[in-house]
Amino acid sequence: MAEVEGIYLDNNATTMVDPAIVQEMLPYFTEQFGNPSSMHNFGNKVGLAVKKARKQVQDLLGAEFDSEIIFTSCGTESDSTAILSALKAQPERKEIITTVVEHPAILSLCEYLEKEGYKIHKLHVDEKGRLDLEEYEELLDEKVAIVSVMWANNETGTIFPVEKMAEMANAKGVMFHTDAVQAVGKIPIDLKNSKIDMLSLSGHKLHAPKGIGVLYLRRGVRFRPLLRGGHQERGRRAGTENAASIVALGKATELAGEHMPFENTTVKAMRDRLEQGILAAVPNCFVTGDTENRLPNTANIAFEYIEGEAILMLLNKMGIAASSGSACTSGSLEPSHVMRAMGIPYTAAHGTIRFSFSRYNTMEEVEKVIEAVPPIVAKLRKLSPYWGENGPVAEPEKAFAPVYA
Amino acid sequence: MMPVYLDNNATTPLDARVLEAMLPWLQGAHGNASSVHQAGRYARAALDTARQQVAELVNAHPSQVIFTSGGTEANNMIIKGTAAYYSAGTVAVSAIEHASVLTAADSLKRWGWQVQSLTVDADGIVCRPLALAADARLVSVMMANNETGVLQPVTEIAEQVRQLGALMHTDASQAAGKMPVDFRASGAHFMTLSAHKFYGPQGIGAVIMDKAQELQPLLHGGGQEKGLRGGTENIAAIVGFGCAAALAKAELVERTAHCQQLRQALEAQLQQISGVQILAETAPRLANTVMMTVQGFRGETVLMGLDRKGIAASSGSACHSEHVEPSHVLLAMGITPDAALSAIRISLGKQNTVADVDQLVAALTQLIAGVPQVALAS
Repeated sequence: MAEVEGIYLDNNATTMVDPAIVQEMLPYFTEQFGNPSSMHNFGNKVGLAVKKARKQVQDLLGAEFDSEIIFTSCGTESDSTAILSALKAQPERKEIITTVVEHPAILSLCEYLEKEGYKIHKLHVDEKGRLDLEEYEELLDEKVAIVSVMWANNETGTIFPVEKMAEMANAKGVMFHTDAVQAVGKIPIDLKNSKIDMLSLSGHKLHAPKGIGVLYLRRGVRFRPLLRGGHQERGRRAGTENAASIVALGKATELAGEHMPFENTTVKAMRDRLEQGILAAVPNCFVTGDTENRLPNTANIAFEYIEGEAILMLLNKMGIAASSGSACTSGSLEPSHVMRAMGIPYTAAHGTIRFSFSRYNTMEEVEKVIEAVPPIVAKLRKLSPYWGENGPVAEPEKAFAPVYA
Repeated sequence: MMPVYLDNNATTPLDARVLEAMLPWLQGAHGNASSVHQAGRYARAALDTARQQVAELVNAHPSQVIFTSGGTEANNMIIKGTAAYYSAGTVAVSAIEHASVLTAADSLKRWGWQVQSLTVDADGIVCRPLALAADARLVSVMMANNETGVLQPVTEIAEQVRQLGALMHTDASQAAGKMPVDFRASGAHFMTLSAHKFYGPQGIGAVIMDKAQELQPLLHGGGQEKGLRGGTENIAAIVGFGCAAALAKAELVERTAHCQQLRQALEAQLQQISGVQILAETAPRLANTVMMTVQGFRGETVLMGLDRKGIAASSGSACHSEHVEPSHVLLAMGITPDAALSAIRISLGKQNTVADVDQLVAALTQLIAGVPQVALAS
């Protein structure tokens, strides 16, 4: 397999495993391989390592008890477990509140549940991707089983006021879940002082490997497991513990906590420089999302009148990895559901590119990207039917209008 | 004294070659397999290779392989995911299934399903012909039992199940990598695999399925695994699974012969120890598994004693070790609760040696004879 060299700006899709974390995992692949549920010494040592990791995750999330941390196989599993648990534990409640801009893990589950007869309320967002809390307040009542709102959006980085929303839900006796896979490690989280009942996190978004996640479950919240079998995770998630990955996630959360100031200063400065550099050099482009209130690592730029996929391919040729919308849906040429929800015009929504940073990026890389982007955009606009000699055509909607003789 | 690991049915040490295959995916290429850029394309290619390798281990087509986070998820997905397509009826599971099959089947009761427990004989083999309920929709019988190693006549059972128009699932978590497994020939519609039972990593497994059947996803999400299992692909673990499968296929004969030889030596010596009885001794079994009862002892006590001597074994399924209850598998075989509580499982692996077996026998002999626990000469 060839080593992938280049500039990696797709950290909201997945991150590089930190070398220190790989080192931490290795002994659990080789020497410490016991099944942590076994009684013997092999298993016991692994059990202690899992305990330590649980504490590390607890610290980053500011959870009150380590028993509130349940290891799962990924963010998607955590999301499904949370929502299905709320429905099973409260069979009399048949409604769910979520948002139009959630990750497919939530949206496709809700789509399925809708077919099963549940009522799904999707909160709308404005042109900057912000929620209307009045709309939310009106929906909260005893018919709602659970509210599931992401902490930060994967495409734009826009942060939702989940702590406030959890308080509002709690006041009405409604369970609150947040998909925090993009937020954990990038912004401070203090669950013990919040009313959040459940939270999903994913290891591979914060430099741990893929295949490991966490469901935070507040003590006292009614729960029904999704994976049933052995008594692992106090009977809340069956399956042999993935010890090496759990240890890795523990270390990753510890490192993320240490690097949080760096993320919000140096990483943020790189993101800001990229946006400023590109916006200064490229006409007809703009930053999407709530620029006042978003993750420090995410830039989502809409380049009007061209296709995001084409931009990506040309960036890729230059060794720059970015993304057009969520990786889960790339391959489809539909503009992202997040862009459509914000009412971004089609001529711009098709050309959105997400650059997402990590602590491994450098300012030198940022300057290279700032140089690379303008010629790519210019080249593609030359081929665009929406683009004239010096700018957009006057009536772009007529560009493809059929001509009848 | 080197520690001796004889609990390979709980989990196996990762093969060094498997780790080597995985490391590049942990260290460098961090592509999300669903991304279109170059890193993502390498990941996609690696995923395809692993899918092929896993398919080949069990004679399935790569398109029939759905990666999951492990055997437990696969069992839950198959049982709940097939039930979702039928009106409530009966799900029939053998009395000796793994907890993940038994509890997943039980969870269907809230949807109005009946759970039928299929009885086994004194050797722990499912009794045939099955006395299936008329509305049986799904039958689940494992290929090899995790506690006794006893093989089940899956092909014969599948034939009967198919004649009745029901679906057949077999949990092959313990069988794959230890004996020839042929999905096509088995007659099963669904099969469960788990990588860490044959020197692959923990946290990865698969559903093998007849694509003509419907299966409701357990994890909804971003369309991965053809929409059947959401969640970013666990690429390093999948590559490890593929590599472990390829190695298991290539070395199956050798590994089986090695375990067979060690087990013969072990059982010959165990028979000399009074009070030790090997269970299902003459039944067809996995080459690596010995389940025995030790008269007058609690299994837990013997295990602790062995553990102090650096030997890891098990009293049954590891998932249950926090609860000291007689094994449901042994009770189903008609063994008394007292005898069941004295059970010890030895499960051998390719890394074990004759010296390991000798060390175990010496330690057991000492424990049982009540000899003061002096350190064994190493």
